[in-house]
Amino acid sequence: MKYDSISELCRKAEEKNLKISEIVLMDQAALMEKSEEEVKITMKTMLDVMRNSTKEGLNADIRSISGLTGGDAYKMEQRVNAGQSICGPMIGNALIKALSASETNACMGKIVAAPTAGSCGILPSVIMTIAAERKLEDNQLVMALFTASAVGMVIANKASISGAEGGCQAECGSASAMAAAALVELCGGTPAMVEHACAIALKSVLGLVCDPVAGLVEIPCIKRNAMGASNAFVSADMALAGIESKIPIDEVIHAMKVIGDNMNPALKETAEGGLAATPTAKRLMKEVFG
Amino acid sequence: MLGVFDIVGPIMIGPSSSHTAGAVRIGKYANLVLGERPIKARVGFAGSFAKTYRGHGTDKAIIAGILGMDTDDNRICNSLTIAKEEALDYTFELLELDGVHPNTVDIELEGASGRHISLRGSSVGGGNILINKIDGADVLISGKSAALIVTHLDKPGMVAKVSNILGNSGININKFSLSREEKGGIAIMTIEIDGGVDPSIKQIIQDIPNIVSVSILNAL
Repeated sequence: MKYDSISELCRKAEEKNLKISEIVLMDQAALMEKSEEEVKITMKTMLDVMRNSTKEGLNADIRSISGLTGGDAYKMEQRVNAGQSICGPMIGNALIKALSASETNACMGKIVAAPTAGSCGILPSVIMTIAAERKLEDNQLVMALFTASAVGMVIANKASISGAEGGCQAECGSASAMAAAALVELCGGTPAMVEHACAIALKSVLGLVCDPVAGLVEIPCIKRNAMGASNAFVSADMALAGIESKIPIDEVIHAMKVIGDNMNPALKETAEGGLAATPTAKRLMKEVFG
Repeated sequence: MLGVFDIVGPIMIGPSSSHTAGAVRIGKYANLVLGERPIKARVGFAGSFAKTYRGHGTDKAIIAGILGMDTDDNRICNSLTIAKEEALDYTFELLELDGVHPNTVDIELEGASGRHISLRGSSVGGGNILINKIDGADVLISGKSAALIVTHLDKPGMVAKVSNILGNSGININKFSLSREEKGGIAIMTIEIDGGVDPSIKQIIQDIPNIVSVSILNAL
């Protein structure tokens, strides 16, 4: 398979009466000249590191090397555990996990790039949250990662998954679309619903710039991971309700590519524009680098 | 061609897949090309690398790779100290390069035997890389497959001779590129292959007349 159209991928799955994850696993095992079981075992190692990263950042005293961030996952956990989260326990838990994985990353801890390190909190957060809520088995979660990967491959092939090329829409945006796809499949949605969930998720983050304060993958990246996780839930829920995106997913991806190409280089991971150019960001940069 | 583990993966030490993990891989590739213990490294950052390398730990990542570490090595954040312990002398500089990917780095290495190599690599997102130049010659290597770098005199029939040897050994080529500095001068073949390669093939190719050097690079 070429992975240049999400719609095509969904039609293929529908024709064969299979899930997207199933046709992707078959294709990838053939490509890697490995058995499906072997490929799933490798994906399981990804799932295990992901799961750890959603817990590792929960320490109240965790701080990044720069000292700028850390401890937010802990604060969120306190509130959710006290039953105070205004988002409810599901989104509340997703926020905890997304913050934890992203803070683990900022502290030079071990994570899985999904698709990038800057966006590494979104997919693990969404997968582990729905797993706990619906008591899903690891095997189901592993399969959902194949669906998420396929979405990421199409975006990488037709637009970009690099902040330096396409801004944050390419990183947290792609991760959010991937997570929305995984969620729909895990909740029993059809391939067509996967398509709409991806489109809805991506449309809401089009144009999002990559403007890391002091060039660090911390501010605003960590909190954008929390946003990306909640955006995935919101988008998946709409798609599962039968709500459709009027603009087809492949056209959304093309729009994302054009927007990325037109984006000023100051807004593409160079730390020269957006939030990175604010007086506070400049002061923080001085504090870190002198 | 991308696979699922280019999107979900690699397992890596943070904070940035392009500026940390990709940088480790480019450094590691330079280490593979050198093929011996590095004692001197000159690293030139361009584009976004030049602007943000300190903040993303790109300096530590490149040196970690040059020392042979992988993207999930817990020692990456201490690589500059480890370089001192292992007597690797390194310098960083900022470059202005036109027409290259935003995340590009030039690396020059000197090995313990006095061997020199240079390489240009780009980190193209999600920890994926492309090696664009080796010793000044244009190449295109992803590091996902094993590769042979064959330097030879620009004479007729060289490609056929090399590819025959590979074909007869049951080796399948998945990507091939050829570049030369000038007609009749030094040319360089970059051959990416499926699966692994028996080291004995190196000597067989080396024995073809007009071959200058052969190196075999494993997949990252």
